[in-house]
Amino acid sequence: MSRSAERWTDVLLVRTLRGVAVVAAAVVVAIAFFLARESWPMLAEVGVGRFFTDASWHPTEDEFLLLPMLWGTLWATFGAVLVATPLGLLSAVFCRFYAPLAMARTYRRLIELLAGIPSVVYGFWGLVVLVPWIRRLEPPGPSLLAGVLILAIMVLPTVALTADAAIAAVPRSYLQAAAALGLSRWTVLRGVVLPAARDGILTGVILQTTRALGETMAVLMVCGNLVRTPSSVFDPVRTLTANIALEMGYAVGDHRSALFVSGLTLLALVAALVAAAEWVSRGRVHG
Amino acid sequence: MMTRPWFLVLLLMAWGCPDSRGTGERLVVTGSSTVAPLMAEIGKRFESERPGVRVDVQTGGSSRGIADVRGGLADVGMASRALKAGEEDLHAFPIARDGICLFVHRDNPVGELTDDQVVAIYTGRARDWSTVGGGTGGAGAAITVVNKAEGRATLEVFLAHFGLASRDVRATVVVGDNEQAVKTVVADPHAIGYVSIGTAEHSASRGVPIRLLPAGGVEASSERLADGSFPIARPLTLVTREEPAGLVRELIDYARSPAVHDLVRELFFVPVR
Amino acid sequence: MAEALSTLEPRRGFGGRRREWPLTAAAWLAALAVTAAFALIVGDLVRHGLGQLSWSFLVEAPASAGRAGGIGPILTSTALILGVCLAVSVPLGVGTAVLLAELTPADGLFARLVRLSLDVLAGVPSIVFGLFGNAFFCVWLGLGFSILAGGLTLACMVLPILIRTSEEGLRAVPREHRLAAAALGMTRARTLVAILLPQATPGLVVGLVLGIGRALAETAALLFTSGYVDRMPGSLLDSGRALSLHVYDLSMNVAGGEPNAYASALVLVASLLAINGAASWLADRFLRRRTTA
Repeated sequence: MSRSAERWTDVLLVRTLRGVAVVAAAVVVAIAFFLARESWPMLAEVGVGRFFTDASWHPTEDEFLLLPMLWGTLWATFGAVLVATPLGLLSAVFCRFYAPLAMARTYRRLIELLAGIPSVVYGFWGLVVLVPWIRRLEPPGPSLLAGVLILAIMVLPTVALTADAAIAAVPRSYLQAAAALGLSRWTVLRGVVLPAARDGILTGVILQTTRALGETMAVLMVCGNLVRTPSSVFDPVRTLTANIALEMGYAVGDHRSALFVSGLTLLALVAALVAAAEWVSRGRVHG
Repeated sequence: MMTRPWFLVLLLMAWGCPDSRGTGERLVVTGSSTVAPLMAEIGKRFESERPGVRVDVQTGGSSRGIADVRGGLADVGMASRALKAGEEDLHAFPIARDGICLFVHRDNPVGELTDDQVVAIYTGRARDWSTVGGGTGGAGAAITVVNKAEGRATLEVFLAHFGLASRDVRATVVVGDNEQAVKTVVADPHAIGYVSIGTAEHSASRGVPIRLLPAGGVEASSERLADGSFPIARPLTLVTREEPAGLVRELIDYARSPAVHDLVRELFFVPVR
Repeated sequence: MAEALSTLEPRRGFGGRRREWPLTAAAWLAALAVTAAFALIVGDLVRHGLGQLSWSFLVEAPASAGRAGGIGPILTSTALILGVCLAVSVPLGVGTAVLLAELTPADGLFARLVRLSLDVLAGVPSIVFGLFGNAFFCVWLGLGFSILAGGLTLACMVLPILIRTSEEGLRAVPREHRLAAAALGMTRARTLVAILLPQATPGLVVGLVLGIGRALAETAALLFTSGYVDRMPGSLLDSGRALSLHVYDLSMNVAGGEPNAYASALVLVASLLAINGAASWLADRFLRRRTTA
């Protein structure tokens, strides 16, 4: 093959893939545009401030306070990530460093299965099994705690699997060197494996935080859906996503527009989260 | 690469397969998730009697159904309520009746609640079962008030009957669909909620631990609903933009005919005469 | 996947056990907790759903709003939706991953913008995907409630996961391989196809499996795009109910639908198990064929 022909193939490849990447990146822009367009009537007419200062959320009676639901979303999401991350990391470590090979394979298969269970199944189980348990601790049962636990179970598998893949990608030479130095497992993990796998792990955690932010069905079933800022983990809460799912089919006009505003708020939250992650790692996450 | 065969197969399927939108007629019905299972079954039976016709039933909520009919996105809309003010330009055809009753856990000894007591419970004035003669023995217990999400037809019928506004309600838990209310009450012996009579009756008969409470002294059952004595009722309606004609007319007539009364009863609604 | 470290046997051969027991205990406890959660949830499914399973359940059409009959048409619709989703998202996803990992500077503006937008995409709520999918694919593109619209919407949802894990998989391939290929005068295209992609297969497969799992588990997004119709679909432009949606409807909307809801959920989880197994097996075979030569 002549040199110019080779380079021509490569150029074509890069150009095509650039186009592909642009399409992939354009999806979120299209979604943002769509949300903005549908929210516009409410934003233009009522302004952003009222969504934070109105007395309550009664959209059919012209009250549009989003704040309690925003708190519900934030508490549920970050609580879930707080619970799921150590468990997921430990699971990955367990798989790679502690479990005998057959057990590790089975365990990994188990986690892959957990990742694919529909949110309705989690929600249903939560409603029928978890909520009564919580009720025995403190009524009424449907609560922030239920939401945090269910979300944690939902988010955990992907954190574990991406951490597992990241740990697997650590060069063997590192581990061989550590073994040669006679280091303990804990030292190897803390000093060698985790720093090397940190980028991959962080990636997984961020992806899953955003996933927890966007979960709809399961939280709808277990959180109680009461529009009130939670003062304890046993209080019922409503997340922004559950709110959209509950009311969208029955909303018209301003109500519908207000729901899209809450969708836009969620998107803004995600964008803020992603930007923060990017700033913290200063590009090192993908570097 | 390895995905190329996949892609080709799907392309072929997309354009090679007969598209039923061209042959025969297709009716699109959207709206209430309460009516959707019923209309889906009615639609299937309609299709079996008229080969070549397809009835696609989609769900999404009563308001969505009405909006789709207005906007021409659906041929027929489904609503689990009567038409409201501002919707007089549309045509409504009831196909079944549904009642709404309050219910509690079977272990809760309360037998009946007056309208005032219900209002007291739902506005937060009565917070304890002991004040209304309930509770699970021993000291009273805090009432878990289960309410439906705003905008739902069930909620509106409930509020209208008891003369409440949405903002008056002090709920503990808010639910979406009927079954969620049932499961919430089953999980909590101190809960009270309201739901479609048919749903509640069926669940109770299958051993689900709930008890239906009478309303205004009338027992909550399909019989009382059918003979008109049960006070809290709502029609399940089909909605069209213009006066229905052709296939749409046939479908609506079919849905109201005795030929589908068994389907209506199977889903625990009451057929209209 | 497990092979990378197991041959090194890191479980043995590391000294210094003294300060290690908290970590060991924590790891085992975590595994126990996760397994317990799994056993509770799946055990619940099996206990309530196994009784309803039968061959006829898998092939028959639903009757009486899904409480009787089977899930045949629903399985078909689900498979078609998944097929469309993968057919669109895999080329798009792997292509973008290749670009980000191999062909553009990692800290260049283009790469960072693409990554940022994908990260945000990963956080869009599933219900918003449903509303967007409805407005864009069903209404604007005129597809109506259809399997095609559902598959395309799911492709959007699955894209970030696919791209992220594929990228990680590609990055895991040692630099030496790329350098060797360049030294041999191979074009980038050829390097990609012959060396990098095969070696990155473990990462790709993880992404695929996670993506399929996410797609199968989706309810809210499909409600407004591929729809509610439980009839056997005649083409990709027909509306078709997905399995997860069927589980939701039976458990939350139809009185007396729980037994079949459990059975359907069990079928869904079992299908996922089968797909995972098949994907791993295929990946192993592919990897071994390409790299042991």
